[in-house]
Amino acid sequence: MTATDTPPQHPRIAWQTGRVRTIVAETSRVKSIILQPASWSGHWPGQHVDIRLTADDGYQAERSYSIASPPEEKLLTLTVERIEDGEVSPYLLDELRLGDALEFRGPIGGHFIWSQTRGGPICLVAGGTGITPLMAMLRHRKRSLAHIPASLIYSARSLADVIYRDELDTMARGDCDLRLVYALTREHPSNWNGHPGRVTETLLVENSFTPAQNPTFFVCGPTGFVESISSMLVKLGFDPFTIKTERFGPSGG
Amino acid sequence: MDRPPVSRGFKSKRQASETARLPPGQYLTTDFPVLSAGPTPEIRVANWKIALQLGGSLLGTWTWDEFEALPQTTITVDIHCVTKWTKLNTVWQGVSFDDLLKGVGLSEPPGAYIMAHCDGGYTTNLPVADLVAEKAMIATRYEGLPLAPAHGGPARLLVPHLYFWKSAKWLRRLRFMAKDEPGFWESRGYHNYGDPRREQRYDGD
Repeated sequence: MTATDTPPQHPRIAWQTGRVRTIVAETSRVKSIILQPASWSGHWPGQHVDIRLTADDGYQAERSYSIASPPEEKLLTLTVERIEDGEVSPYLLDELRLGDALEFRGPIGGHFIWSQTRGGPICLVAGGTGITPLMAMLRHRKRSLAHIPASLIYSARSLADVIYRDELDTMARGDCDLRLVYALTREHPSNWNGHPGRVTETLLVENSFTPAQNPTFFVCGPTGFVESISSMLVKLGFDPFTIKTERFGPSGG
Repeated sequence: MDRPPVSRGFKSKRQASETARLPPGQYLTTDFPVLSAGPTPEIRVANWKIALQLGGSLLGTWTWDEFEALPQTTITVDIHCVTKWTKLNTVWQGVSFDDLLKGVGLSEPPGAYIMAHCDGGYTTNLPVADLVAEKAMIATRYEGLPLAPAHGGPARLLVPHLYFWKSAKWLRRLRFMAKDEPGFWESRGYHNYGDPRREQRYDGD
């Protein structure tokens, strides 16, 4: 390359190796892997990275995982759910150890993103591990002192399946601008104050601001969940352009 | 280039026969995942129209009935999503891009690039060379049934040899351009062309 060459507009997203610093068991099916990147240029909450595994015969497998940590942190947190018969997630959950090198590149994705400079209100709707990129947004929001109104409607099968539960509860207790609602689809305690069952239109109306307040929605979860929530929101009169979606395919591995 | 580090204890779960047909980095799926940036629009065919444009001028428009009356093509192809799933032997019916051109009386495409415009504001750009000679169609049926809204119904672009984000859902307009311009994902760090065989996922790949 000579001095007169024009550099490419976007540099290649290079592969790099991160060290596994911490592994946190979040639920029986989910762990967070906390990586120390060699270098990190920062990310927007909502972006993801690609992970690449290489077998000793040279075979490689790549998968995308959302970043759960906010841009303010130097360590990168990825939250991984076990996909039965998967090729990558069982490895990450069962084989990966502290100190291992893990190849990844990123950050990737420029649509399903939010930062405090974009303001609010924001309404986050998560199904299962769809909470991951939304958690990066909430963690980032907590560190900004902008008091941005936010709500999180989080659908999980049971309380035991709620990822980051302690952190979410603590976050909501200390923050009157944040509303947190769990919708538990399979099991809920008998004295349950949250919402039993699937997310309904009524639940959305009660917890998602009004169309006049012009909230931005971030809806993330399995395909069927995201399809159902985003259709309900459009039906409730929210502008489709304010509804950002990320569908986690059921065949992710 | 440095060799990537071996992931201790990682082994492929693939059959060799399976891997041979897949582009590098892809894995097989038998279901049909849905990926799009916003809500699924519900489009009534009674209100539907598709347009072919050259810059700002209209080359032709078709209502649903007019579009359905164009010659129909059926193809069986493998499709490859940039999120790494591949689905084999999918069957699509629709109107080939060649027949669409003939429908407005053109024997040659009038521009080197196309921008596909969709309901919901999505766009994606393609070289015209990748659409002609039976390489692409506007699909209205999948596996013999009308295309479901979640999969781009009533009509989507289908360019099976490129990553599937190029096969724009809820297609409304194809616009010829003299010069290439990036579309929705292409201006957000995704590769401008998107060849699965060369793993052109992101800009710079």
